[in-house]
Amino acid sequence: MSRPEDTLPPDLYYNDTTSRQYTRNTRIRQIQADMTDRALELLDLQQPSFILDLGCGSGLSGEILDKAGHTWVGMDISPSMLDVALQRQQQRFEAEDETEDVDVDEDNDNEDDDEDDEDVAMNGHTNGSNAPSGGGGDLFLADMGQGLPFRPGTFDAAISISAIQWLCNVDSTDISNTAEMRLRRFFDTLYSGLKRNSRAVCQFYPKNDVQKSMITKAAIRAGFGAGLLEDDEGTKNAKTYLVLSVGGGDISSAVAGMEGVDVEDGRQIREAMKSGKHKRGKSGGMVVEGSKKWIMEKKEKMRGKGKVVKGDSKYTGRKRRVAF
Amino acid sequence: MKLLTTSFLTCAVKTCRSSPASFPLHFRDASLEKISIPFNSTFLLNILPRIDWTALQTTAAELGLSAMLPSENPQDALLAAQEAGEGGMDIAEDESKGTGIDEEVLKKLWTLLMETGVVEGKLVCGNCGFEYPVKEGVGNFLLPPHLV
Repeated sequence: MSRPEDTLPPDLYYNDTTSRQYTRNTRIRQIQADMTDRALELLDLQQPSFILDLGCGSGLSGEILDKAGHTWVGMDISPSMLDVALQRQQQRFEAEDETEDVDVDEDNDNEDDDEDDEDVAMNGHTNGSNAPSGGGGDLFLADMGQGLPFRPGTFDAAISISAIQWLCNVDSTDISNTAEMRLRRFFDTLYSGLKRNSRAVCQFYPKNDVQKSMITKAAIRAGFGAGLLEDDEGTKNAKTYLVLSVGGGDISSAVAGMEGVDVEDGRQIREAMKSGKHKRGKSGGMVVEGSKKWIMEKKEKMRGKGKVVKGDSKYTGRKRRVAF
Repeated sequence: MKLLTTSFLTCAVKTCRSSPASFPLHFRDASLEKISIPFNSTFLLNILPRIDWTALQTTAAELGLSAMLPSENPQDALLAAQEAGEGGMDIAEDESKGTGIDEEVLKKLWTLLMETGVVEGKLVCGNCGFEYPVKEGVGNFLLPPHLV
């Protein structure tokens, strides 16, 4: 599988040509639509909501949110993608005007022809007056890795389709711009930007297990309860969803009954760590610097911070033999 | 960009996050547009409690739209009214109606928050003075690396 993340940064990779190709490709559109539907299903929203779409691209997922009656705010780093999104919005508005003109006479019995409207929607034209339609979307040109510019408790939910793996793409040697720092800023601001008891579903393509665990750990560190869900696991069509919950609601119930879900609960991990620390305090003794215990604890701490740490083996922290 | 969205925006610069002056962002040279979006009271009632009313008033005043805005959040007003007059009958009636807020007020708010948008202009942080340009309704929130 080709990974565009390895070739160029997102704002350069999705140039005018690629953006247009990406949006026009029916296969990609179908996959994106399926994943957005799945994400909406996981979010389980009960009423028209205010949703943040991270890495909205050309607004493919936004259109689905719109049809479901939600209002959304999209962010993307690629100006070309946003340009395509604007053009598509324009086209849809024009299409909407046309259908409205035609439908003027039928407005009184609009509840009866819901099915017709769905057909219209399937063809890519939403009908503003009859179909359940949200308030549309606003677009932002922004880098998720710089943090999100929203007030605490703004959004009912967040979705992200095939985007957060780009956060691990780092093109500078700047110490404040490592993948860890970018993930950290992103998840910290996402956590605060969401309402209590809300959820975020991020579908992403992890490059490998290291990247997958790095992203999950960064989310847990920010305070989310996180669960990983994999559809079609093991096939080359595997889709990884990171399901995040903010406060209150237990993620275990959200993903219960779904196969292949690992639940890593940040709160439990933190509590376990706390009690671990507590025990050490009781025993009183400080851990000797450089000892095996000290090394293991330090590695654990660094893992907790979401850093990449070498695995433990029988050689870790082993005493060296005296040479003379 | 809807006024609803702008009323949740704050400065993305790290040092501004803790400063109260970074919210709301102030409009400069803004030109507005009006688009029509079908009225949806459920969504509006869902979003109303989250809006910072003082900030919204500042924004509306800057854009010369104060006339559209009631002096306080209708939801807060409703709560206050419920607490003040403990006439159980009134509340029950309000609840049966679903909202208890004047439809006229809600429609006005819908027009202001959802249908009024900024097309061109700048959003300026009150703390650091950084200008976020808005073009064709798309806000540019990319920061130069030294401000991240």
